[in-house]
Amino acid sequence: MKLDVIFSGFGGQGVLVCGQLLAQAGMLEGKNVTYLPVYGSEVRGGTAHSTVIISDEKIHYPYIERPSNAVVFNLPSLTRYEPLIASGGILLINSSMVNRNAEREDINAVYIPANSLATEVGSEQVVNIVLLGAFAAATGVVTTDSVMDSLKMILPERRHNLLPLNREAIEKGAAFYKDNAAS
Amino acid sequence: MAEIVLIKGNEAAGKAAIMAGCTHYYGYPITPQNEIPEYMSLHLPEAGGTFIQAESETSSINMMFGSAAAGMRTMTSTSGPGYSLMLEGLSHFAAAELPCVLVLVSRGGPGGGSLESTQLDYFSVTKGGAHGGYRNIVLAPMDVQEFFDHTQMAFDLADKYRMVAVVLTEATLGNMAKPIEIKRVHAVPSEELPAKDWVMRGKAGKKKKLIVGGAAPGFGSFNDLNELNRHLADKYRTVALNETRYEAIEIEEADVVVVAFGITAGGVKQSLIQLNQEGYRAGMIRPITLFPFPTEIIRKTSERVKKFLVVEGNMGQMVEDVQFAVGDKAEVSFLGKAEGLISLEEIYSAIRSLCEKG
Repeated sequence: MKLDVIFSGFGGQGVLVCGQLLAQAGMLEGKNVTYLPVYGSEVRGGTAHSTVIISDEKIHYPYIERPSNAVVFNLPSLTRYEPLIASGGILLINSSMVNRNAEREDINAVYIPANSLATEVGSEQVVNIVLLGAFAAATGVVTTDSVMDSLKMILPERRHNLLPLNREAIEKGAAFYKDNAAS
Repeated sequence: MAEIVLIKGNEAAGKAAIMAGCTHYYGYPITPQNEIPEYMSLHLPEAGGTFIQAESETSSINMMFGSAAAGMRTMTSTSGPGYSLMLEGLSHFAAAELPCVLVLVSRGGPGGGSLESTQLDYFSVTKGGAHGGYRNIVLAPMDVQEFFDHTQMAFDLADKYRMVAVVLTEATLGNMAKPIEIKRVHAVPSEELPAKDWVMRGKAGKKKKLIVGGAAPGFGSFNDLNELNRHLADKYRTVALNETRYEAIEIEEADVVVVAFGITAGGVKQSLIQLNQEGYRAGMIRPITLFPFPTEIIRKTSERVKKFLVVEGNMGQMVEDVQFAVGDKAEVSFLGKAEGLISLEEIYSAIRSLCEKG
């Protein structure tokens, strides 16, 4: 098993946390993982992305020029990564923030209205968790429980009251993916 | 079992320094190494140490000079322009034979450069950098585990030889996270480290001690600079003899041997797995210490292997040391990039086409 993915969006949308959670969840499941966040000198509102590799084999290099999969949180990220994704790869698009469809037909593009789903769950701040839930469902790379264990490690204890909300967000994203991917 | 944690390279370096007994950290913020001072500012005081954010890198290195003279394990970390500001201080460290650890997380250059990964500081770090023809011990970690281990080892090597030990890495290894094993490692067993009988901590009724950054009759150990420089040259030869470290992968049967260091060597290692599976006979010599440089193994290998490839995150620096080691016994090719990491595809293609070349 070897999987790589890039999460890309504006700074502040949680694309780095998304990568960190996935990598940590992979680690908890006994896999080799790398997590490479890139945010340069940007501030909130600038671009940010993170690359995660999860593999049964050892990983010697964290850098992927052409990712197998991508989760794009905004339009600039779609423009940048759609051409790069490997044929057959999964492209999850946050359709709340992106007003056009993917152009390629050799990839599996799925549209997730993550901002709306996050609001339904109760907080716009879990957009990234909704998309992570969808990605986990799309690939089966980690279980919801592992993501939750990972969250417990990353969230300070005084924020653990938010864990149920986050679980709901993961499940919402996963359910939406399952209902809409097959079409 | 040792604890396994997912940790960023920069944070791992901070954790390693505290575990290795670093008590005094001085630094000034600069991307892409800010997680190190951030980590140290939080955790070093907890461990009873001193963290100071200096007003500039010039100050950091001179504050370190004081701590080193008092026998403390001291560290700083920086990047690009910050490193340049420290150079004068580093030359004084060499002259006074004081130990310290410098973690250099390279970024783009020259000048202000960029925040991207590069290996542009190879020359400056391995050949001395500042004035006066001194040397640093230079360790070049390939992944987060080695970044953690090398930072600990650097304190031992600095103390053993009374030299500046540099851990040379770059933006990606500083910022990426990978699970590592949290364990104490040593380059020199603690009981074999020489006593710091030269430290200055007040006279307290004993004989006067001096730390002399240079040479003059009646002061310190050397009557003139010839004596000092001869002594330093002897020391650097001893370091070369004792501390040269490298990793050799599949070089016995290889038609092509790649030489690469740091994160770039990780890219080569990854590419070699595929190439070897496809039947290409390629291997790698990875210098773990850049000074001392593993000249001998490269020279020996070039007696049999006729094609070398150097891959670096710059326009050709270490390649000069490889060319020197190889002489006219083999052909040395080069693949380099001075901003951003070299892709696996580029590395794979360069090695493959060299393997296929008659």
